This record gives sequence, C-alpha cells and structure tokens, in this order.
Amino acid sequence: MSDPATLQNEAAPSAPERKRPRISIVGIIGELLIFAGLLLALFVVWQLFYTDVQGDRQQAEIVQDLAWAETPEQAVETSTTQTIPDDLKETDIDPPVPSPEYQETFATFMVPRWGEGYVKPISEGVSRPDVLDPLGLGHYPENAMPGEAGNFAIAGHRTTYGKPLRNVDTLHVGDSLIVQTEDIWAVYTVTDWEIVHPSEYDVVAPTPRDVEAGTTGRFITLTTCHPLYSAAERWIVYGELEYWAPTGHGVPAELLEVPQ
Amino acid sequence: MISTWIWSHLPGNTLVKLLVLLFVIAALVLVLFEWVFPWISESLPIQDPTIAEES
Repeated sequence: MSDPATLQNEAAPSAPERKRPRISIVGIIGELLIFAGLLLALFVVWQLFYTDVQGDRQQAEIVQDLAWAETPEQAVETSTTQTIPDDLKETDIDPPVPSPEYQETFATFMVPRWGEGYVKPISEGVSRPDVLDPLGLGHYPENAMPGEAGNFAIAGHRTTYGKPLRNVDTLHVGDSLIVQTEDIWAVYTVTDWEIVHPSEYDVVAPTPRDVEAGTTGRFITLTTCHPLYSAAERWIVYGELEYWAPTGHGVPAELLEVPQ
Repeated sequence: MISTWIWSHLPGNTLVKLLVLLFVIAALVLVLFEWVFPWISESLPIQDPTIAEES
C-alpha cells in the first residue's frame, strides 16, 4: 500500500496545475525581514568595528597635527632622550594653564602601562557627537586643567570610536598617567578606582567624592563605560599629581618606565 | 519577489548585473556607515562614558 511508486503516480498529475503565484505577500514580508536583519547586522559591524578603524585613524592624525606633542615612541627610540631634572619639578604652584575653546585639542594623554604606542588627544568638552566620538578623550569643561589645583577630569570610550580607555581595568595603584600640554608635562599616579552609577557626579568634584571639601589638592579622574559594551555603570580611576614641569627639558622618566 | 524583480530589471547580462549590484550595495553601505548610522547612534544612549548630575 505505501509503495513509493504508487504514491508518486497518484501525486504526479495534479502537480503542474498548482503553479506558484509570481507575487506572494508572505514572500515579500519574508524578504523585507531578511533585509531588516541585514541592516541590523550591518549596524553592529559599523558600531563595533568600523568606528574603531575610523577613531584610531582620526585620533592618530590629531596627535600628529599637534606640533608640540612628544610621543612615547619617539622618546623610547631616541637614545639621547633626556629626562626632566628634579629642580624643574613643581608640586605646589599652578602651571600656565591653556584656555581651549570648546572642541579644541589642548593636551595628550599617555599611559606607560598601555605601551609606547599609546598616545591620545584630549579635547575640551564631553559631548559624545562633538568630542568623544570624533576626537577621543574629552575634558569636563568646569574642571581644572593639567597640573592645576583641583580635579583634571576626563572621559573617554571604553569600547568603539577608537576606545581610548579600553584597558582601564588593567591599571594598578601606583601606575603613571602622563599628560602633556604645549607648556607642561603633568605626571599623575593612580591612587584608586571604583565602579559607580552614571549619576554620581561627585567623582569629578574638585576633591573627588567630597563636594564640601572644595579644592584640596591636584587630582585626575578618568570616567569610562562599564561593563564592556554597555553604559549601565561607570568605571572611575582616581589619581594624584606627582609633579608638573615645563616642556622642552626632556620627558618625564616615568614615560620610559614599563610598569610590571 | 523583491530580489527577483530587482535582478530582472537590472540591465545587461549576468556579469554586468552582478557588477551593478555590487556597486549599488557598496554605495549603500557607504551612505549607511558615513551618515545614517552615526546619526542613529547619537540617539542611542548605550555608549555614554560620562558622569552627569541628571540620571
């Protein structure tokens, strides 16, 4: 009874009559869904991959265009590199401070732990479309300038757009964070880190975590996303000024040290 | 279907059709990457690394 040959013979005559219609609603909806899926996949590729390609290139160009910027790579490769003499190091007076326009790049940021290739521009403002996406690191406009009394607070992406703060979780207490402007080098040391809610604004206060205290020292605060690929929380790194010194007398010795 | 309709309305033989299609897709991706996606991404708060008073 269930012989395949018999079944085939019964089904065969009716097949040519049931032609598939040229246009089917379900088919078109299905195709639109496939296109929508491709579009979403493309967006993910753009966000996770292409913004990094673009960001790395743009931020490297910005640093290259800063005539005064000294890169750690140059310093390490040149055997005659001088380090800043101790008598030029200042810890308790204010350095000459730049007064950048909104979006203007006024400093570079280097972290020996992140390798000699790591040098990122710091620009004025923390708006995503204006500063953080196209320019890299952004400086909270109300905050102190590098080396100045108060809190030099900067924000940056941890994923996407060149991810300037990608390796923030590898920083140890005691690591150096080095900032250069046209006039000075400022060397900070990491003192602490924590994960906070995005609304905890006092982490960038003149004295971090103590709004009432006012200005009590020379601090640095880094703010970035946490966890990776999310913005539910913020990863905060705190540091304190080791010293600042005028440019043109060598590079900070910390720049040439590779931390263990 | 949409894809078969597009394919049959492209000019030339199979090779030309394929080249035209690849060119159009490349142009589309460029427009999306350079203008459309950056614009969409601005309104998505999922990448914000800053601290702000208002939550």
